[in-house]
Amino acid sequence: MMKILSDAIAGMLGPEAAIYALAAIGLNIHFGYTGLLNFGQVAFMLVGAYGLAAGVVTFGLPFWAGILIGIACAVVLALILGIPTLRLRGDYLAIATIAAGEVLRYVYRSGYAEPVTNGVFGLRQFADPFYAMSPLPDHDFDLGITTFSARNLWVMIVSWSLVALACALVYLLIHSPWGRVLRAVREDELAARSLGKNVYGFKLQSLVLGGVLGAIAGALLAINTQSAYPDTYDPKVTFYLYAIVILGGAARVLGPVLGSLIFWLILAFLGSFLRAASDAGVIPAEVLGSSAIGALVIAFVGLGLLLLMVFRPSGILGNSKEMRLDVR
Amino acid sequence: MSDNAARVRSTDGGEAGGHRPGPLATVPAEPGSAKPDPILVVDHLTKSFGGLRAVRVDHLEVQRGTITALIGPNGAGKSTFFNQVSGFDRPDSGGWTFEGHPLAGKPAYQIARMGMVRTFQLTKALMRLTALENLMLGATGQSGERFLPAIVRSWRSQEKDVQRRAEELLDRFNLTRMRDEFAGSMSGGQRKLLEMARALMVHPTMIMLDEPMSGVNPALTQSLLGHIQALRDDGMTIILVEHDMDVVMGISDWVVCFAEGEVIAEGRPRDIQSTQAVIDAYLGSRTGDQHDVLEAEQ
Repeated sequence: MMKILSDAIAGMLGPEAAIYALAAIGLNIHFGYTGLLNFGQVAFMLVGAYGLAAGVVTFGLPFWAGILIGIACAVVLALILGIPTLRLRGDYLAIATIAAGEVLRYVYRSGYAEPVTNGVFGLRQFADPFYAMSPLPDHDFDLGITTFSARNLWVMIVSWSLVALACALVYLLIHSPWGRVLRAVREDELAARSLGKNVYGFKLQSLVLGGVLGAIAGALLAINTQSAYPDTYDPKVTFYLYAIVILGGAARVLGPVLGSLIFWLILAFLGSFLRAASDAGVIPAEVLGSSAIGALVIAFVGLGLLLLMVFRPSGILGNSKEMRLDVR
Repeated sequence: MSDNAARVRSTDGGEAGGHRPGPLATVPAEPGSAKPDPILVVDHLTKSFGGLRAVRVDHLEVQRGTITALIGPNGAGKSTFFNQVSGFDRPDSGGWTFEGHPLAGKPAYQIARMGMVRTFQLTKALMRLTALENLMLGATGQSGERFLPAIVRSWRSQEKDVQRRAEELLDRFNLTRMRDEFAGSMSGGQRKLLEMARALMVHPTMIMLDEPMSGVNPALTQSLLGHIQALRDDGMTIILVEHDMDVVMGISDWVVCFAEGEVIAEGRPRDIQSTQAVIDAYLGSRTGDQHDVLEAEQ
């Protein structure tokens, strides 16, 4: 029983939760505040991770240069995706981003790209300087209910700090005239244009900003495992991020953070619970084999989202009064 | 509402009808006639959708400081003309100047910044922004709308000025009690008022109203008319598309009649009422729309 609880807490606070929260904050800028349908947030994470990994391993650059390359790649990707599609209706960006996510993954794992990305075998050991920066002594830390290794704890500290910084940034931006224009663009582009706002420019800024946050999250995900494989960055990740944003409450500063905490809590709790039940023989092996547990957890996540849509469509932090408005 | 309308009219020197012979008294009532001081000049503007020619305006001038109404049967090209001139759609050919500046090819947001602001037939209140936010959005030249200044909050004193101006306009349009309500929870008529107030935040010299009275109850119509006349008396130029003939004849200084995309007649309201081409256009010798005529006669 304690094991299930400590697994759940570890999942909720662990590096993945922080990293997904950061990527979801980026997506929230796109989807929640600007109304951009970006179905390829994972592509920004991919270029962020490989900017670092390939920069360090393939080109022998310093760690920080790798991070900057990842961010620069995200800016370029946002411009490539945004410049042709943001003048058009929202659906076109959705199509372009979902395609870009998959195409980029295939390009990075292809034989042509192998000299740079090492194809499906991925890249490893590029984050040593990151771990060398850790001020923590090299032993496990007991946080009462669960323990973390010094390396994990260092990634967690950095990731959650970045999440806090990103939240502060979003708060400042959204509560400024800049954010007001962004929300106006979400409500009605034509109205914003009729008031002299360069809607296209604002949408492009939003896409770049959210994409850069995605790239930093992607780099952290690679740092966390000291490895980068293209198949880590599959479309599923984007849809987890949407689940997180909607669960927490879109267009709320802390929505993605709360969403990520709960998402990973449930994921870790269910996984640990089902495994324990399966091991103890409560659920017979012929009903639920250990290999099927992961899939069942995802099915529960889907069910949870369904219930959320029925009973609280605005998410946990969302304003249901705002949601009920007839916005057409 | 009626209090306000009365107050607005009293600033009009008691002339409720709103006809001001003024500078247009000697202008001949014929399509393409030259005005003494045109703020907007349109030349050879054409727009087709597939095989359908939606707009073909050879020459049109709009006098500064007047209310000019565009009338015509449904499908006559009034709204299309609006969209071309305000930059929301690209014409196939032709040009137009606003205060002497050529505008062809300019994006809509730049045209708005030059002082030519439009509203929409279907009201575009920003539903999930409050009434105050809707208005504050309209202010131009806000430094806080650029990325870096937005973060360092160097815009705060400017924001105070913007807010004060927005609150003055809310007061003028009787919307003060809706200040912190979402625009989405306001009535249709209130949204029309909100949209007009918001357009004024841009500091326009010309304001283009696309069917400002549609979906507005009669009591509020009077108030809206009062506001429009007050704007004209403040020196603003107003172009409006309107179907209600009583409204058009009551407040316009000049009327332009469209049919099949062309300007078939223009003149003072009393000229237009007796123009054969207008009667033909409405009665159906060309396009035909009995309904509009019946409305006009009421």
